[in-house]
Amino acid sequence: MLKTGFQSGFKTGRTLAAAAGLAVTFAAGFAAPASAQDTIKVGILHSLSGTMAISETTLKDVMLMLIEEQNKKGGVLGKKLEPVVVDPASNWPLFAEKARELISKDKVAAVFGCWTSVSRKSVLPVFEELNSVLFYPVQYEGEESSRNVFYTGAAPNQQAIPAVDYLAEKEGVQRWVLAGTDYVYPRTTNKILETYLKSKGVKSEDIMINYTPFGHSDWQNIVADIKKFGSAGKKTAVVSTINGDANVPFYKELGNQGVKAQDIPVVAFSVGEEELAGIDTKPLVGHLAAWNYFMSVDTPENSDFIKKWQAFTKNDKRVTNDPMEAHYIGFNMWVKAVEKAGTTDSNAVIDSLVGVSVPNLTGGYSAMLPNHHITKPVLIGEVQENGQFETVSKTPGLVVGDEWSDFLPDSKDLISDWRAPMSCGNFNVKTGKCGGKGS
Amino acid sequence: MHRAFCWLLAAFLALAAPASFAADLAPLVRGLGAGSYAETEKAIAGLAETGDPAVVPVIEALQAGDLHIRKADGAVVVAKRAGNGYALTDPLTGAALGEADRNAVEKIRINNALRRTISATLGALTLMSPDANTRRQAAEAVFKSRDANALDALNTALAKETDERVRRAMTQARASVLLAGDAPDADKIAAVAVLQERGDQDARALLNGAANTGSDAVKDAATKAIASVEQRLALWGAAQNLWYGLSLGSVLLLAAIGLAVTFGVMGVINMAHGEMVMIGAYATFLVQEAFRQWAPGLFDFSILVALPVAFLVSGAVGVAIERSVIRWLYGRPLETLLATWGLSLALQQAVRSIFGPTNREVGAPSWMSGAFELGGLTITYGRLWIVVFAFLVFGALLVALRKTWFGLSIRAVTQNRSMANAMGIRTARVDALTFGLGSGIAGLAGVALSQIDNVSPNLGQGYIIDSFMVVVFGGVGNLWGTLVGALALGGVNKFLEPYAGAVLGKILVLIFIILFIQRRPRGLFALKGRAVEA
Amino acid sequence: MLTRFFLMGLDKKAGVLLTVLAVLAVAVPVMALGTAPDSPWHLSTHTVALLGKYLCFALLALSLDLVWGFVGILSLGHAAFFTLGGYAMGMYLMRQIGSRGVYGNADLPDFMVFLNWTELPWYWHGFDQFWFAAIMVMLVPGLLAFAFGWFAFRSRVTGVYLSIITQAMTFALMLAFFRNDMGLGGNNGLTDFKEILGFDVQAASTRVGLFVATVVALAAGYILASAVVASKLGKVLIAVRDAESRVRFLGYETDRYKLFAWTLSACMAGVAGALYVPQVGIINPSEFSPASSIEAVIWVAVGGRGTLAGPVLGAVLVNFGKSYFTAALPELWLFALGGLFVLVTLFLPRGILGLAAQLRDRLPARATVTAKPADQKGV
Repeated sequence: MLKTGFQSGFKTGRTLAAAAGLAVTFAAGFAAPASAQDTIKVGILHSLSGTMAISETTLKDVMLMLIEEQNKKGGVLGKKLEPVVVDPASNWPLFAEKARELISKDKVAAVFGCWTSVSRKSVLPVFEELNSVLFYPVQYEGEESSRNVFYTGAAPNQQAIPAVDYLAEKEGVQRWVLAGTDYVYPRTTNKILETYLKSKGVKSEDIMINYTPFGHSDWQNIVADIKKFGSAGKKTAVVSTINGDANVPFYKELGNQGVKAQDIPVVAFSVGEEELAGIDTKPLVGHLAAWNYFMSVDTPENSDFIKKWQAFTKNDKRVTNDPMEAHYIGFNMWVKAVEKAGTTDSNAVIDSLVGVSVPNLTGGYSAMLPNHHITKPVLIGEVQENGQFETVSKTPGLVVGDEWSDFLPDSKDLISDWRAPMSCGNFNVKTGKCGGKGS
Repeated sequence: MHRAFCWLLAAFLALAAPASFAADLAPLVRGLGAGSYAETEKAIAGLAETGDPAVVPVIEALQAGDLHIRKADGAVVVAKRAGNGYALTDPLTGAALGEADRNAVEKIRINNALRRTISATLGALTLMSPDANTRRQAAEAVFKSRDANALDALNTALAKETDERVRRAMTQARASVLLAGDAPDADKIAAVAVLQERGDQDARALLNGAANTGSDAVKDAATKAIASVEQRLALWGAAQNLWYGLSLGSVLLLAAIGLAVTFGVMGVINMAHGEMVMIGAYATFLVQEAFRQWAPGLFDFSILVALPVAFLVSGAVGVAIERSVIRWLYGRPLETLLATWGLSLALQQAVRSIFGPTNREVGAPSWMSGAFELGGLTITYGRLWIVVFAFLVFGALLVALRKTWFGLSIRAVTQNRSMANAMGIRTARVDALTFGLGSGIAGLAGVALSQIDNVSPNLGQGYIIDSFMVVVFGGVGNLWGTLVGALALGGVNKFLEPYAGAVLGKILVLIFIILFIQRRPRGLFALKGRAVEA
Repeated sequence: MLTRFFLMGLDKKAGVLLTVLAVLAVAVPVMALGTAPDSPWHLSTHTVALLGKYLCFALLALSLDLVWGFVGILSLGHAAFFTLGGYAMGMYLMRQIGSRGVYGNADLPDFMVFLNWTELPWYWHGFDQFWFAAIMVMLVPGLLAFAFGWFAFRSRVTGVYLSIITQAMTFALMLAFFRNDMGLGGNNGLTDFKEILGFDVQAASTRVGLFVATVVALAAGYILASAVVASKLGKVLIAVRDAESRVRFLGYETDRYKLFAWTLSACMAGVAGALYVPQVGIINPSEFSPASSIEAVIWVAVGGRGTLAGPVLGAVLVNFGKSYFTAALPELWLFALGGLFVLVTLFLPRGILGLAAQLRDRLPARATVTAKPADQKGV
């Protein structure tokens, strides 16, 4: 045991000081913040620390920008908007707690937030119980439709299926590697894709499915396996639902092992401009991603948005990505719906949101559907040397978000329509009843 | 004769314009900018048709993304960045065409299908290049494209070729073309033999194709060849797994070795170790940014400069932590756990506030990019250097602890502090420097890990648990234990992965550690004597 | 006799704590259910849920302190027991959803339906009964702890080695539960609960009921722990903490004593987890993460290791700070939390409850240094 001479003399004074400090810190917590009633509060529920901060912090910033813009235009219903930012710290129970706090303590009119499916699942009961509105901006696995949630990201049919069609038609791919992180989104997407591919005549031995843990960083074997699978004499492609953090080492390994896009293209559903910003993209040129928005899209709305974003963040290198566009669409929809309803009351806003149509950033309009999903164009882009995507294919029209996939046995009979007479999230068209099987 | 006819016909259709073998390439080049991918592809085919070496730079410019259309007159030009605009040159003659504003030109876009066409075309066109390396690459390109049109060029080139390696590449390319096309059976069977000799995955891909489509005789030969290739590949596969294990092991070693000093030697349960690694990675990022700004030509050396910088930065942070926090906690290892955990939270948030939460790009120098083949092994340069680097760091640390005055002081202080103090060693200073050394080594690990992983505030979190496992498995306080522990865990993990999958493999490794500690409660290389109990 | 056993451990601090808990058990229901929503005395469901969560964490901290503060086993994997208890409860709650899931499947939870599972895995059977789940809440963590401790204590794995393998245990469990093939919901875990014992989990009255149950569990855990500590067995445990070899040489089979305390502690953690799940509405594998176990250690250290009342205080204070700072200083709260840990370890080595003793030690300059648990070596 060590006893430094230092320890003997100082403790009393410092201990007292520390105790006083602690007391002040905690006492501060009890003082309730004064709330101004002449503003409309908007909750922002994105992780600012922990593993998801890497993706979600940007969305918090974009919401702050959109609210600031709206306030410059005079706010909503003659009132200024006031953002309420909290940090759920990538901790899923904390998401539920913070959601409750935003709704019942801060009395926000709507919440924009969540990234992962688990965070959405965690807050869902809270929004339903307290009857508030959540805008969820990320592409997800579908199989959900809640009266209180508006899904502005892509459903699987707005991302995965068009991408696979593109590869099959334009690149002549016959053999498929479905590689994903082991969680619900990849599992469901791959289930849907597997059924879809088989319905198109692809044999099971031409499909390889691989799951890796979160944050997987050693991709040597898996890339080698992909190369091996690709050497069976048929054109092979990888459909990647690998999540955020694990992508950088994955692409680095692909580049190093010389898997070129012209030999084995990789199409990703979770890799956007933000993720590419952390990688040297020269070896990756030609790999693909499917989204509803690319920063490189050349429309006046988009260049205006990018200009504002870079001015707001005071960084002319900041990139934009698909979930940011989703928030842009969702926020404008909410503003329009509130103005249409003339109130921020949840029931009125939920009813008036359906059918609202606002411009998206790719030169068209996106409309809120009765199933609380939106219409979007699907873009396929190839990675360029500068870390951007170049659109190589765009669906001719808008694709309607399909929450209950037609390629899963238990969900193909379900539909969702939150308009007045039906008002059901899981209506079974076979039995004609609400509530799944309805039996 | 027959083939020539087909060729002519194809050319006729493809060009939709009278094909002329005259050297007037300009209209063909202009066709590249016609608009759609399909039209560009036609134009490339037209250019390839001429067989004129003058088109090579044009197609190369297209591949590099330098080919643009001048909006004013629709001319196809090479445009390179110059100041705020572009400097234009003529793609064929190379004559300067002045400068243009960024908006005055439009890039000719290419997609994957076009990229394939381009490399096939370039392959066929550069088979006669004076440079042996270019010829070999051309042969490889033809091997991949299996372009029947290249066969004549390949035959001509093969007849003239003198370089043995290029000859082999060309023979294999020829075999690939023959096997994929509609050559007579005898030719195909000969081709199968050539590919069997090549014996890699690409060869297997071709053979698989032949085994599915060819005549019975070809099928037979191909099936046999596949069996032999697969046997060879399986053998190499085992070696490959060994390499993966070694490479994962060296990553673990790098991550853990700094901890072996701060935790193993000093007894500080340093939960902020991962953040020291992260700081090293960010130091690498900053050094690279500086190089990008001021000396882009020397970018390949940026990593070498980053090494001492990362060591010093992480080391300095380590010394600061030791002086401000850890030194009050010696002899209370648990308290160090709590305090360093708090520090690690604060450091992560500090980095997040300064650099933002998103990943930062750390580039690979050219000598760390790509891979080479060693027999049937694919070894990437990045991993190879990390293995070498891990062992160098380990060796250097061992020498520093064993052979230097500083190392002697460290050992003296850790073994008997009061005696060391009495002998005139300034123990407080040695403590600070030891902690700084451990942190600095973590910083070095950060430089290496920045090459294979995300450079984000979460970087350190991914390695901290693995590092503790390695140190504890190897035996606290023993550097050799850390070495053996890292390599063993890396090896076991990679050995299990093909059978159990990545997740289950890792779970099994953890269970293995738990059970192993039951057998040897003080790790692989346990320290002996009474000091252990203290 | 038994009453005496349970009461003998209670000292002045215990009296204060139990009084506070009793007041909470009465006041919270009254304030939450008996007052108008606009009354200044009204407690919102948000606050009730929050308080309930803090008390669950307090029970976890208490169980950790039992092994760390009194037996000297630093567990860096106690959240594993907590989470297992939570999963047992979560499985019961999932089965209560019945055909109210989105697919209306009476047998299978939703996450199994859309991943094409056709039948319920064997380990889900029985969880439709509350009594079964209630047993499992203690049995599963208890068995795991027993097996783990049986091997580890017999092999005399101690100190930091033991801490690290507990960490390996919780990490391995986390990876395992992340796998969708485990049939426990993978990363999403178990969520969207409807009712518990026939009561709607969303209803304010159920929340208050759960809160009261948590208060009772915490009080019971506290009384049990202090009884154990004050008993003869407790004396041996403390002796093991301070000098295990000597106790062993005196003829005690120390591993049995350790195993008992360790298993008991795991069962308590399991109960805490089971109460936690219906109140926060979700259980998922990230609760297994080594970071959550380390956080629990920090609550104990902040409150005061080896004091029983300290961990309860520490868990409530730290979590209150976390709730407050994540909303008040969303960008900076990690600095506040990290700084708090550093300051507490530097200036309050015996935690908040140790503060008084620390001050008392300093006033008269005594030559003899009393043995302080915090100064003990070798973890």
